[in-house]
Amino acid sequence: MHRAMFLRNIRPVYRLAKCPYSAASIPKPNPQPVVQFNKLFINNQWQDAQSGKTFPTINPSTGEVICHVAEADKTDVDRAVRAARAAFRLGSPWRRMDASDRGLLLTRLADAIERDAGYLAELETLDNGKPYAISYCVDIPNVVKCFRYYAGWADKWEGKTIPIDGDYFCYTRHEPIGVCGQIIPWNFPLLMQAWKLAPALATGNTIVMKVAEQTPLTALYVANLIKEVGFPEGVVNILPGMGPSAGAAIASHMDVDKLAFTGSTEVGHLIQQASGSSNLKKVTLELGGKSPNIILSDANMEEAVEQAHFALFFNQGQCCCAGSRTYVQADIYDEFVERSVERTKNRVTGDPFDLKTEHGPQIDDEQFKKILNYIDIGKKEGAKMLCGGKAASDKGYFIQPTVFGDVQDEMTIAREEIFGPVMQIMKFKTLEEVLERANDTKYGLAAAVFTKDIDKAHYLSSGLRAGTVWINCYDVFGAQAPFGGFKASGNGRELGEYGLDNYTEVKTVTIKVPQKNS
Amino acid sequence: MPVVGVEISQSSDDKDADMTSKLIKDQQNPSGNGHSHPEPGQNPNHRPPHADAPPALPAPIPDLCIQHTKLFINNEWHESVSGRKIPVRNPATGELLCEVEEADAEDIDKAVKSARAAFELGSPWRSMDASDRGRLLNKLADLVERDHLLLATLEALDSGKVFLVAFFVDLVATIKTLRYYAGWADKIHGKTIPIDGDYFTYTRHEPIGVCGQIIPWNFPVMMFSWKIAPALCSGNTVVIKPAEQTPLTALHMAALIKEAGFPPGVVNVVPGYGPTAGSAISHHMDIDKVAFSGSTAVGKLIQRAAGDTNLKRVTLELGGKNPIIVFADCDLEQAVEQAHSGLFFNQGQCCVAGSRLFVEEPIYETFVRRSVEKARSKVLGDPLTPGVDQGPQIDRKQFDKILELVESGQREGATLECGGAPWGQQGLFIQPTVFSNVTDDMRIAKEEIFGPVQQIMCFSSVEEVVTRANATHYGLAAGLFTSDIDKAFIVSAALQAGVVWVNCYNAMSVMCPFGGFKMSGNGRELGEYALQEYTEIKAITIKISKKNS
Repeated sequence: MHRAMFLRNIRPVYRLAKCPYSAASIPKPNPQPVVQFNKLFINNQWQDAQSGKTFPTINPSTGEVICHVAEADKTDVDRAVRAARAAFRLGSPWRRMDASDRGLLLTRLADAIERDAGYLAELETLDNGKPYAISYCVDIPNVVKCFRYYAGWADKWEGKTIPIDGDYFCYTRHEPIGVCGQIIPWNFPLLMQAWKLAPALATGNTIVMKVAEQTPLTALYVANLIKEVGFPEGVVNILPGMGPSAGAAIASHMDVDKLAFTGSTEVGHLIQQASGSSNLKKVTLELGGKSPNIILSDANMEEAVEQAHFALFFNQGQCCCAGSRTYVQADIYDEFVERSVERTKNRVTGDPFDLKTEHGPQIDDEQFKKILNYIDIGKKEGAKMLCGGKAASDKGYFIQPTVFGDVQDEMTIAREEIFGPVMQIMKFKTLEEVLERANDTKYGLAAAVFTKDIDKAHYLSSGLRAGTVWINCYDVFGAQAPFGGFKASGNGRELGEYGLDNYTEVKTVTIKVPQKNS
Repeated sequence: MPVVGVEISQSSDDKDADMTSKLIKDQQNPSGNGHSHPEPGQNPNHRPPHADAPPALPAPIPDLCIQHTKLFINNEWHESVSGRKIPVRNPATGELLCEVEEADAEDIDKAVKSARAAFELGSPWRSMDASDRGRLLNKLADLVERDHLLLATLEALDSGKVFLVAFFVDLVATIKTLRYYAGWADKIHGKTIPIDGDYFTYTRHEPIGVCGQIIPWNFPVMMFSWKIAPALCSGNTVVIKPAEQTPLTALHMAALIKEAGFPPGVVNVVPGYGPTAGSAISHHMDIDKVAFSGSTAVGKLIQRAAGDTNLKRVTLELGGKNPIIVFADCDLEQAVEQAHSGLFFNQGQCCVAGSRLFVEEPIYETFVRRSVEKARSKVLGDPLTPGVDQGPQIDRKQFDKILELVESGQREGATLECGGAPWGQQGLFIQPTVFSNVTDDMRIAKEEIFGPVQQIMCFSSVEEVVTRANATHYGLAAGLFTSDIDKAFIVSAALQAGVVWVNCYNAMSVMCPFGGFKMSGNGRELGEYALQEYTEIKAITIKISKKNS
């Protein structure tokens, strides 16, 4: 059900010479990391669900149960909200804390995550199925960077003094919103947690977070680190649970001031409705996409093929910004398709703990079946399947990397979000035509253009209806740059300075003065 | 002469005798009132913030061995070209601590060449991610935290400031400054701008280049951090000259800069004298910007040198003769205490020292009496000894100048209420001194004394005191004490000063800009504003075929 996002190609992660994440230094993973935390984290304590219920979390590489985890329901959400509310009361340690000390706590959290990087990467791969090399070199470093980035903002989120008319002195205070509900997906469990926690904590909010039922383990380990580095009780509460129960309870809670959701557009509608039916809590949404990737005939062919491949297949295709409509200009179409198929056939699929593996399993049986069904529909509707198309293993949820050529815009696989390793390649002739076709979707999350021509790059990047446009690159993320969707891909922006707006109430204070002077 | 700063947040309910004991009390009682909340950075074992056992007060390192006495150029230690050395003395005893290599014009040339090379396009420093510049500054903060005790001891020995002040004020402020600007490194945003026509325009905030920085002796390591942190986070390279009186902590910082992993040439530390090394920096044709903290007289020389040479950008933090205005409706005890620490903090050697104290007529007599009691209660002595809250002046020249001004005050008819003479058998100590019945035309009311000498004047109306407070060519800081919200707004808006404190004084922090109106300086340090002083804005405009909103 949940969807997601992604990231920056791996290379830039290696830049700082002192960075521990160099290709040569990936430690040999332990494929069976010990799970230490499987309960609800409320008020800095580990608690069972009130109902006593648990649910199994599954290793998607094998289909086997890793462990059982406490399952939060409405009463547990109530408890967590009470803890978060108490932590937010005026005069509390969290409200009285200097902003720079909030920043220091976030820095310490980043330090602790960095210290435990190997273990967290193992746990992420075990629970999610993504290749360990990616967990270790992409997810964890970006998690650390996100926390460090927002650590720096804590004492720099400045209000203004404003020259209003009349004998008044006017200023704004940027205040935290209050108790924030946050619901995150399974495709980048740790990273999505960081994207949500870091800006909310930098600005002084308290949090009730529901993690995806498929991938609760790393979030719970981070909860322990949150306690370890010294966040006061109740500031962060983390609840594993199901969307229709725990998620719905958060979304319709009368004492949650704000809700941030990352997942499917379908569930995004439900969240927005729940806000309307309850207390009009502020809602920000990061939802699905069907992102166009436009390859012009003057592009560097080799680079474009590699990037388009990465844009779709990264994270087993489980990215909300996956480049799932690849538009290729007619005069290079055949060569592009041929080379893309060749690249895809070479994609190394298998055990995610093997450092050579590029491609792991899908997250669960439901997604696995849904993707195979889309492949069938693609074939039936007349697209040309050029490679892949089947399950890749007799256990776990592996699917062969699949490429369709001759895809038409009205086909189901060109309109709906597949969220799997299935690439659609379409043909176009003119810029005007491709712009119109690229924008003909309810989504508007990301887009990319490959060209050497500066005019074409500007023309397309300003015409595309998408929150992120990459030129001659794809999935380049930084904590510094905002991310979010036009249209039904979402509402609001995460990351960057823009991300702070989503967690801030602006208060205008006006004071009568006897006599104003400039 | 030089500048100052105190990194303290004052809580209004705090009535302690002085700043030092307040800080110490906070340390002993970490879950107490006011500004004492969790300090996760101080907590290597990730202990919960509200630990029960109060930490013991730190003690200075005995028999400290001074490790670094050479010029720091290109991440290496160099002897001076001339072979000359600077004798470095302990102002509490007059004893020689060590000798430090003395930079002159040729050494400055070497340092500038290394800073220029580090700034070349494609260099490790220029091609580094901004977030990694931030990481390096954070790493440097970690190392300063590790060497907190050593640096505080060194600072107290070299500058004569009270050890616990060095520990809890100077070093804590240094660490916070480094961390604060670490966070800015990847948040210095350019803009995209909707210009008319078929164009796309954006700005890049680029580093200026090689920055010369000249810092004073009153807050040596803190001034060092105020200067290098904004310069480095925005990507500049630095040639910094610490004061000849106090080069030691700067040289230790140089060693930490290398240890943190800054590339060679990014920071070069060159102790030397103003007329030689300082002049070479301010006249250098390959230095793009100079930042100076010190006296107004030298500030003029720096500005002129830029005009005579390559029009390098100049920012100046200079002297002050700062008014503190005390209205009769204020909390008297709080005002007396704040006015006292506002003047006597750091032996009076602060550019923000509240050295013109205007007290409203109805409370004048009481205020003077209580200020004198406060001054008399000050404990002078070896700054390394616990319980001491005033150390020696920095050097003989300052010592003589202060006593000469005290003499002028008596000659011109001010009432010497207490102090007025040297203290002790050795070292450069001056008794805490209070003058009452001071009038605006006296030298002690016009000139910056930069010593432990408080001037108290009397006033009777708002209009009068604002006019008198502004009747100076300085405009650095000001304070006012009143419980009337209207008076607070009227007077704070009317005062010509870069910093105005209401019902507090010396409440400085790294997030808040600091700098002077009029002849107290040019530009601002600290806060986001300081970044402007270290960036060149480049507007890039690209012709495009068809613009759309």
